[in-house]
Amino acid sequence: MANIPTQVRKSLERHGLSDDQLKTIFRTMLLQRQLDNRGFQLNRQGKVPFALGSEGHEALQAGAAMAFIRGKDILAPYYRDLGLSIGIGLSPYEIMLSIFARADDHNGGRQFPNHYSSKRAGLMSFSSILAAHIPHAVGAAYALKYRKEGGRAVLVTFGDGTTSEGEWHESMNFAAVHKLPIVFLCENNQWAISTPLSLQMGQPNIYKRAEGYGMPGEQFDGFDPLATYDAVSRAMERARNGGGPSLLEGVCYRFLAHSTDDNDMTYRTREVVTERRKDDPVPRFENLLLESGIMNAEQVAAMKQDVLHETNEATDKAEAMPFPTADDLYKHVYEGAWEPWQ
Amino acid sequence: MAVATSSSQVLNNVEAVRATLYEALKADDKVVILGEDVGNRGNVFLITKDFVKEFGTERIIDTPIAEASIVGIAVGMAMEGLRPIAEIQFADFIYPAFNQIVGEAAKTRYRSNGEYTCPMVIRTPYGGGVRGALSHSVSVEALFYHVPGLKIVVPSFPADVKGLLNAAIDDPDPVLFLEHKKTYRLIKGEVPDGHYVIPIGKADVKKEGSQLTVVSYGLYVHWALEAANQLEGEGMSVEVIDLRSVRPMDKCAILESVRKTRKLLIIHEDNKFGGIGAEISAMVAEEALFDLDAPIRRLAAPDVPAMGYAMPLEEAYMSSPAKMADAMRDMVKF
Repeated sequence: MANIPTQVRKSLERHGLSDDQLKTIFRTMLLQRQLDNRGFQLNRQGKVPFALGSEGHEALQAGAAMAFIRGKDILAPYYRDLGLSIGIGLSPYEIMLSIFARADDHNGGRQFPNHYSSKRAGLMSFSSILAAHIPHAVGAAYALKYRKEGGRAVLVTFGDGTTSEGEWHESMNFAAVHKLPIVFLCENNQWAISTPLSLQMGQPNIYKRAEGYGMPGEQFDGFDPLATYDAVSRAMERARNGGGPSLLEGVCYRFLAHSTDDNDMTYRTREVVTERRKDDPVPRFENLLLESGIMNAEQVAAMKQDVLHETNEATDKAEAMPFPTADDLYKHVYEGAWEPWQ
Repeated sequence: MAVATSSSQVLNNVEAVRATLYEALKADDKVVILGEDVGNRGNVFLITKDFVKEFGTERIIDTPIAEASIVGIAVGMAMEGLRPIAEIQFADFIYPAFNQIVGEAAKTRYRSNGEYTCPMVIRTPYGGGVRGALSHSVSVEALFYHVPGLKIVVPSFPADVKGLLNAAIDDPDPVLFLEHKKTYRLIKGEVPDGHYVIPIGKADVKKEGSQLTVVSYGLYVHWALEAANQLEGEGMSVEVIDLRSVRPMDKCAILESVRKTRKLLIIHEDNKFGGIGAEISAMVAEEALFDLDAPIRRLAAPDVPAMGYAMPLEEAYMSSPAKMADAMRDMVKF
């Protein structure tokens, strides 16, 4: 199993982040978990047919989002990137519109939950087909370089499962050939639905593949938002300044089943998950903030209350919105009205 | 025989593609070309010869041999505002890119509710009769024409190549542009100078006639015209329609002709089962059954994976002007 031992930091390494930025990271983590839980709750209540969880990815995503420059960088995420998406500017309401598949959702209620797209936020549209978005991210990075838009870079994310796809390899290779402004960030949660890392790859350290492509590779503790921020911000800065692509691997763990339609107890034990939960990045970062005096217990409690309130409000508001209509099915197949026969 | 004039040139299909790409590159620096051997080599048919010298390696991109990402990277470029023209060296090599074409390019606009679009062209040489064997001769249009979100163009005359390639490059949605490789140097024609566009989805009546409608596309349009002209000498009048686009398809042109001639023969190089002819037959049956004086007939390739390399295998797979003339005679006399 790929592993860098998770080390609970005794002291805070800020990596240049202010108190406010640290609190923002923590809030993003709390909000991700709250919205994530809400999707599952709504599914169990029979209100939505499907939800995808991201528990265990909070530190990685909030840390990476902090390294993203809004209005400049481009994010090409995958379907487990709820925290990253809110971290770069999607609102809880937008997340809930996606979960409820309402007409005002960016995708018009067409895609599964968590398949966001937002030009405003610089978040590229993607499908459920793993690795299909990686060449898109590379194409976008090519466009940035071609237009000589220095100071901008693409952040493309994926799980460990995606690194087995041919398009992943092709994209890494092309990006390295052209020294494109892109960061490949693997959120290694060690499961491809039911298939463990040991059955996915012979070399469990994904970052080591970087050398084969001719780009820097780095692995870090994906349960540590600050280690994540450190690695991602350095790689993004290198990309923005013409230093080419990087492959980063944040090691985390998928605490939930793949989705609401999956039962992970058919392929792993509760004990294993419970053991990994001891490293849960959310309480871990909370303790660090408390111990270092950046937040006190009252402030943490107030933030949690605020996040719950915001989630409730977004849930109620989105739920009250209308579904797309049957007529909407026919829109946006091509530009303008359309018939296959002319 | 085509003659150059003060406002036109005689070009073959390779030259027509080349001239159109050149003008597009000149006109818009958002246009980039990417594919295998398009730069230093100038494409295996020399379509982009020397482009790299004039436009540079940033716009004429020699890619690694990786078709899925050739198309996938073009999708990303298009989403980010460029106008990529991706080349698949031979249509037979397009299969690794199937997901990027069908799952991604064709659905980008739809899945983002119109927020992201994918204005790109995928050019590829297809078709047989060139001793291309199993993997350098296939027709791929039927694999893709089922897919909403794609447009598919199959021109056969140089002037149509230019007008439709311009339309494809200008189009706000992904266009699969199929070039029959046997017509590349075989077919010459007058091509107007300057920028012009032929709308995607419009067929063209290449020969008027009154007793039979023949619908075809690609190389077989030329062979159908040869056969129809031969029948003219035998006193039979055959109308030949060149579809030029197979998605969308020109229903009006087909129905107008069929209602006049009352007989329909569809000819294509691709195999019959589930091919373009099946859709046309179904449409005509739905719309004009009682205008017909004979059963619809399809002349198409046998239901085998592809034409073989050995000459008898290729000949058995391919049709010919003589075989087409036989089918036309049967239909006229029915």
